[in-house]
Amino acid sequence: MTWTATWTAALPWLIVLSSLVPGVLIFFVAEENRRLRSSLNLAGAVAKVVLVAVALYQVYHGATFVWRAELLPGTQMILRLDPLGLLFVALSGGLWLVTTVYAIGYMEEQPHRSRFFGFFSLCVTATVGIAQAGNLFTLFLFYELLTLSTYPLIVHDGTREARRVGRMYLAYTLGGSTLVLAGAIWLQVAAGPVPFAEAEGTPGLAAEVSRGALTAIFALLVVGFAVKAAVVPLHAWLPAAMVAPTPVSALLHAVAVVKAGAFGIIRVVYDVFGFALVDALDLAGPLAVAAVVTILYGSLQALRQENLKRRLAYSTVSQVSYIVLGTALAGSTAAMGGMVHLVHQGVMKITLFFCAGSLAETLGVHDIRELRGAGRRMPVTMATFTVAALGMMAAPPMAGFITEWYLGFGALQAGQGWVLGVLLTSSLLNAMYFLPIVYDAWFREPPPEWPEERDLHPGWETRPSLLLPGVVTAVLTVAFGLFAGTPFAPLEWVQIIALREFPP
Amino acid sequence: MPALAAALVVVPLAAAPLAVLLGRRGALAVLLAAGIGLTGCAAVLLAGLEAGGTVRHAIGGWGAPLGIVWRVDGLSALLIAASAVVGLGVAVYAAIALPRAAVRGAVPPFLLLLAGLNALFLSADVFNLYITIELVSLAAVVLAATAGGGAALTAAMRYLLVAQAGSLCYLLGVGFLYAAFGTLDIAMLGERVKPGAPAAAALGLMTVALFAKAALFPLHGWMPALQGAVTTPVAALMSAIVELAFLYILVRLWFEVFPAVTGPETAALLGGLGAAAVAWGSLVALRQPRLRLLVAYSTVAQYGYLLLLLPLGRTAAAADAWTGVVVLAIAHAFAKAGMFLAAGALLAEGRGDGMDRLYGAGRRLPMAMLALALCGLTLMGLPPSGGFTAKWLLAGAALTAGQWWWAVVLLAGSLLAAAYVFTVLSRALSEDDPPGPAADRPVGVARQAVPMAFALASLAMGAAAGPVAALLARGGTP
Repeated sequence: MTWTATWTAALPWLIVLSSLVPGVLIFFVAEENRRLRSSLNLAGAVAKVVLVAVALYQVYHGATFVWRAELLPGTQMILRLDPLGLLFVALSGGLWLVTTVYAIGYMEEQPHRSRFFGFFSLCVTATVGIAQAGNLFTLFLFYELLTLSTYPLIVHDGTREARRVGRMYLAYTLGGSTLVLAGAIWLQVAAGPVPFAEAEGTPGLAAEVSRGALTAIFALLVVGFAVKAAVVPLHAWLPAAMVAPTPVSALLHAVAVVKAGAFGIIRVVYDVFGFALVDALDLAGPLAVAAVVTILYGSLQALRQENLKRRLAYSTVSQVSYIVLGTALAGSTAAMGGMVHLVHQGVMKITLFFCAGSLAETLGVHDIRELRGAGRRMPVTMATFTVAALGMMAAPPMAGFITEWYLGFGALQAGQGWVLGVLLTSSLLNAMYFLPIVYDAWFREPPPEWPEERDLHPGWETRPSLLLPGVVTAVLTVAFGLFAGTPFAPLEWVQIIALREFPP
Repeated sequence: MPALAAALVVVPLAAAPLAVLLGRRGALAVLLAAGIGLTGCAAVLLAGLEAGGTVRHAIGGWGAPLGIVWRVDGLSALLIAASAVVGLGVAVYAAIALPRAAVRGAVPPFLLLLAGLNALFLSADVFNLYITIELVSLAAVVLAATAGGGAALTAAMRYLLVAQAGSLCYLLGVGFLYAAFGTLDIAMLGERVKPGAPAAAALGLMTVALFAKAALFPLHGWMPALQGAVTTPVAALMSAIVELAFLYILVRLWFEVFPAVTGPETAALLGGLGAAAVAWGSLVALRQPRLRLLVAYSTVAQYGYLLLLLPLGRTAAAADAWTGVVVLAIAHAFAKAGMFLAAGALLAEGRGDGMDRLYGAGRRLPMAMLALALCGLTLMGLPPSGGFTAKWLLAGAALTAGQWWWAVVLLAGSLLAAAYVFTVLSRALSEDDPPGPAADRPVGVARQAVPMAFALASLAMGAAAGPVAALLARGGTP
């Protein structure tokens, strides 16, 4: 094998191994050995970012990276880097680095840190595996690995409540992935091996398989993935899972879990069936309706929550379905809006969760009412919160605005003008549940005493490791909006994807 | 090759009296040496088979129908290898974990059991199979009784009665076959057996006998009580390979002796029993007060999947069904051995294996609990594990064969398995301590390492479908 051939097959694996190897090693690190554990963690995270940067550069210039092996008789395991997969790899790899820094600061006083960081790395491993999977079989392997490695993180605190939520999480996600598995097996039996194919999905699918069977397979796959994407009415696990430590929320809401569900739906629609076939089967409409219902329902529920993390969780329910909506609308513009939100929602929501965690750790604040005057005590934290919240409302020039612009424009192109009304309503609702927090934090008097105030780092408003990750992601929230048209910006990247999925 | 096959039986058979003679210290050494030797022989056997194909050998030159004929094909060689690996792992665990005095009495029947199992897998004749059934059953009863104590003796006695009744049924079936068709050789019987009363009687008797001996639903009643009372290594051996060996005979008879008698309806009936086993075993497992009982009932459920071979093994998707079932059988053997040995780590704390003792076990016994979790992957059929690979193949085979309902059983069974596996893991991850007194003693890493090795082996089976399929094809799928 030549060096080039080895290299193209190795890069997908290197991206997987850069979190798998440190993850496995961390399990064996003694609890007190903070330095070794953090070094392993950061080494893995930095290595992954470097590898992803190389991959981005190479794929941008047209290189292909594929590894495949026949794992079972007649079934291949395929890992490969295509632009869509790489978008997700870059998102999870990049956010893993900032989340790792945050988690090292956050988990300082918590028990079972080696277990925590071990499973955390496994989650990221699973996510980049999902992103690089070249067929449904491979995707499912990593999808289940993700379910299993998130479970110990959700029940990390070991309380009765955490364990109850853990059971609920499993009931939802294992139920969902069973549907995915059924759909994947059925598809393979009906149509033979089906590697993901850009542009028109699997060639000849409509000719080989009956309409009824295709509809059923699509329903199994999409409903299965919709559980992790928290599409209503399969969303209840997500708000419940806020009992987990904050870095886990970041993982669930931004880096990995809900994104894996949305990503699965994108793959099924574009690269298994192809949008044209989905539309011909009359399935795009129902998918769009489910997304719209979720967008509105999530926001309405968020409005009713008193607890900050719960409000953010319902906001995720709403926001992730922007991605689904973009996938369900015809045309490349809406598709770009959906796919770019994979990244945009990630950087915005992770910023908000970082803030929520810092507020809880530093001031003991959990409820929205307690946030009055928080801007005076923690100005930098609340500034990042404000930036991300404005992004969620789709205010220009934040990243969220770009999403909304493309989704709205795409809806008009697809002849679905009513979607515009939904988007505007959603932005309004976002404003209604985010602006009061921002207003209270900056313009109301702080209480005489915070619920549980701690001076974590003299001279700083909180521990630097809790503060700086949020600053980075807030800067990205602005940058992805302001510089959306520059090379390697998420928008520019999804344009490459859209050109491949919807060749002119 | 014939010498190798003979060694598989003769080595443990000769080692048994040697272990008696060498006494306390020597017995363990003999057991470990025999375990390593058998594993080596099995490896060479597999490699040879890969090059050659099915081997038949008439001992002493006397062929069928009079003499003893041994036959090695892909299926038997794979199960010989699996039982050698399980035997070796359990022997290592016994050497690490049990006091020498306790081990000594168990070593001779352990060796006889290994000899009996190998002879069973090699037999190509229904009467020789009867002899090996007796040898395996009796060795297992003696092993069960070595735990001592009232509960173990009662359970062993009950097992003895079931085993003897089963043997009698089987022997009657052999009688019917010989009287009606004039031969005991499996291959010849396969050509001669015609539908009719004698064949039906033989099939019924032998099936019931093997259901009872393999603890297949609904004749599994004796098994959980026994598994809950015997020593940890014995529980691991029983659940992993002894029951599997009886199921193996059922499969041989079904596909090689009675192909003319077993239509799709009877196959569907037994498959239906398998489906009922999956549901019943899993639901009952959920409600067990002790870990070992939970694991034992999960065996009832898992063997239900293996029975799906009967309706699927002769369809258009037979190759995938065979590969899937064999991968599952072996992965399950490793996983079950691992789970009983992990439960042994909990028992070693000296406060029993009640489900309450699992609270906080993740802190006290991290490696054993991780092993339990990884073994659980195979039971739940989740990747990356042999159980997942098997489920993918079997569910695909069911759809290809147009019998989609078995795919539903496989997938729904995974969720039921998840329910009982996670009742264990959820307690282990709790920050609470078990109610009642604290553990008598901490449990060392070495004792937890053996179940971990079994867990990793059951995961490795996830990548074994290709080689297994090749061996089954090379050695000829029955």
